[in-house]
Amino acid sequence: MDAKTDNPRGWLYVLPVVVLVAFNAVIPLMAVVNYSVQETFGNNVFFFEGVKWFEQVLHSERFHASLLRQLAFTGIILAIEVPLGVAIALAMPRRGPWVSVCLVLMALPLLIPWNVVGAMWNIFALPDIGMLGRMLNGLGLSYNYTQQPIAAWATLIAMDVWHWTSLVVLLAYAGLSSIPDAYYQAAKIDGASSWAVFRYIQLPKMKRVLTIAVLLRFMDSFNIYTEPFVLTGGGPGNSTTLLSIDLVKIALGQFDLGPAAAMSIIYFLIILALSWIFYTVMTRGEGQS
Amino acid sequence: MARITLQGLRHSYLANPQSEQDWALKRLDIEWEDGGAYALLGPSGCGKTSLLNIISGLVRPTEGQVLFDGIDLTDVPTDRRHIAQVFQFPVVYDTMSVYDNLAFPLRNRGVPAPEVDATVRAIARMLDLEDMLRARAAGLTADGKQKISLGRGLVRADVNAIMFDEPLTVIDPHLKWQLRSKLKELHQRIARTMIYVTHDQTEALTFADKVVVMHEGTVVQIGTPIELFERPRHTFVGHFIGSPGMNVLPCTVDGGKAILDGQRVTVQNPPTTALDGKRIELGVRPEFIGFASDGLPVTVVKVSDAGRYRIVETRHGTDRINLLVDPDAVVPSDGARLRFDPAYARLYADGWLAE
Repeated sequence: MDAKTDNPRGWLYVLPVVVLVAFNAVIPLMAVVNYSVQETFGNNVFFFEGVKWFEQVLHSERFHASLLRQLAFTGIILAIEVPLGVAIALAMPRRGPWVSVCLVLMALPLLIPWNVVGAMWNIFALPDIGMLGRMLNGLGLSYNYTQQPIAAWATLIAMDVWHWTSLVVLLAYAGLSSIPDAYYQAAKIDGASSWAVFRYIQLPKMKRVLTIAVLLRFMDSFNIYTEPFVLTGGGPGNSTTLLSIDLVKIALGQFDLGPAAAMSIIYFLIILALSWIFYTVMTRGEGQS
Repeated sequence: MARITLQGLRHSYLANPQSEQDWALKRLDIEWEDGGAYALLGPSGCGKTSLLNIISGLVRPTEGQVLFDGIDLTDVPTDRRHIAQVFQFPVVYDTMSVYDNLAFPLRNRGVPAPEVDATVRAIARMLDLEDMLRARAAGLTADGKQKISLGRGLVRADVNAIMFDEPLTVIDPHLKWQLRSKLKELHQRIARTMIYVTHDQTEALTFADKVVVMHEGTVVQIGTPIELFERPRHTFVGHFIGSPGMNVLPCTVDGGKAILDGQRVTVQNPPTTALDGKRIELGVRPEFIGFASDGLPVTVVKVSDAGRYRIVETRHGTDRINLLVDPDAVVPSDGARLRFDPAYARLYADGWLAE
């Protein structure tokens, strides 16, 4: 049998996608790679520098601090949003008129533009005129997110939880809705406690959507820029300077294109590696089924 | 082990049932003997799953009581009724091994580990699951999973009844009869009450000692497979069971005989009360009709070969009448006349066997 049917016209059909991906991802990425190994003093004059910028970034205290803050931020919001989202999804009604009401309410925060979320919380939490800020101070707490690093972090985390827990809720809810009633009935007959129902029915059935939820939340929170930029601008001091805020400061503030490009690539590789680890761990053992 | 009694049962899924149509189950009184093998047979939507869920306590009936050995358990939740149920789609706990699946109901009830182990192994042997105890339940085929769900019911010593809700729906055809005979064998071995819901007459008739036929929320007949075949109490039973089903022909009554287009037909049940104003029909199974020199004149429309017999479709006016004949019998080409066996020709009034 003639195994190979070579039709050059086939390339024509994949061309649009190739062009799209090229302009969308490959060419910008290569431009960054290009910058990352060169030095420029303007006037479009470049000098080759090898891996100098990479070494510089990897040894930079500033980068380490931002990375640490970034890991802490992502770790905290994942630890809050995933369990909280699952809990809310479990508490939501499974049928009846309230289902759509709940779903719409849940989807609302997701529809708000990110910079608006930042601006909302910025005003909401202001100690002198914001509702939250005034209330906390009225309760006797000394709260000012523009001056206290801890208050800034708390506000930043509260904002992200408010904005993104819904995504986990909606995904977890979709997972829960796909469980046939027979499972709950069988569990009732088998005398299972509600913890056992959660552990052996709901959680395993939600596993796939939760994998997606964790990955999406991980990548998004690791890339977060707009909201902390609008809320705190990275301050007070550098206390909320997360990786992308730092990157923008280097690239656009200081116009250090080489180090910024090297940092972008390192940043990208970290996200890629961590996503791969999350995915591998969460889908482990699924090959058998 | 228990005798299950359903008393004055009615159920509606609506909050305020008004008309007769609103009731999913219309007034039922059924007694399930301890250790019996029952089949609940009826077309989709006739209320058989509702009835099953009422017995197991997953649904609370709008009216009436559910008694186990005379004790009213209507308001007692499922897990305290000692019921096992096998669902249409296999329910297994995916993340657990086959062993843990079978042990699950016992562990939930705080049974000591050595006892759990002994029971699980005994039941696994009974179900031919011994070799797969360590395997993950999610990896099994549909019939293996159904065996696990059945096994979770069998491990419990206190089970009053095992319910099956169309358990063979997702099983491959060639495995269906295997699993069915396994069920029959198990029933003989453990002698627990089994209630088997199905819309498949072969499954019902081969599994059950007694078949409960349901139609539009009512039980139309409870009987052995032979009784259902030979003496259907309702025209629905007549044409739902049997292939082809019973012939039901509109007729009138005169002097204890059915009058079918001027022809007098002797029936097994000459009515003793007046049937005025009711819809009168004559019901005869194709097995009990033969060609004869005199009788109802018909035209033969079609003859189909079914192997051991032939199905002859005939027409009298607008009525279609099927009959079965031997493969080598002669089918008259014209001037055919039909004779009904008087022992099996019956009158039905408004669908019910006339009395």
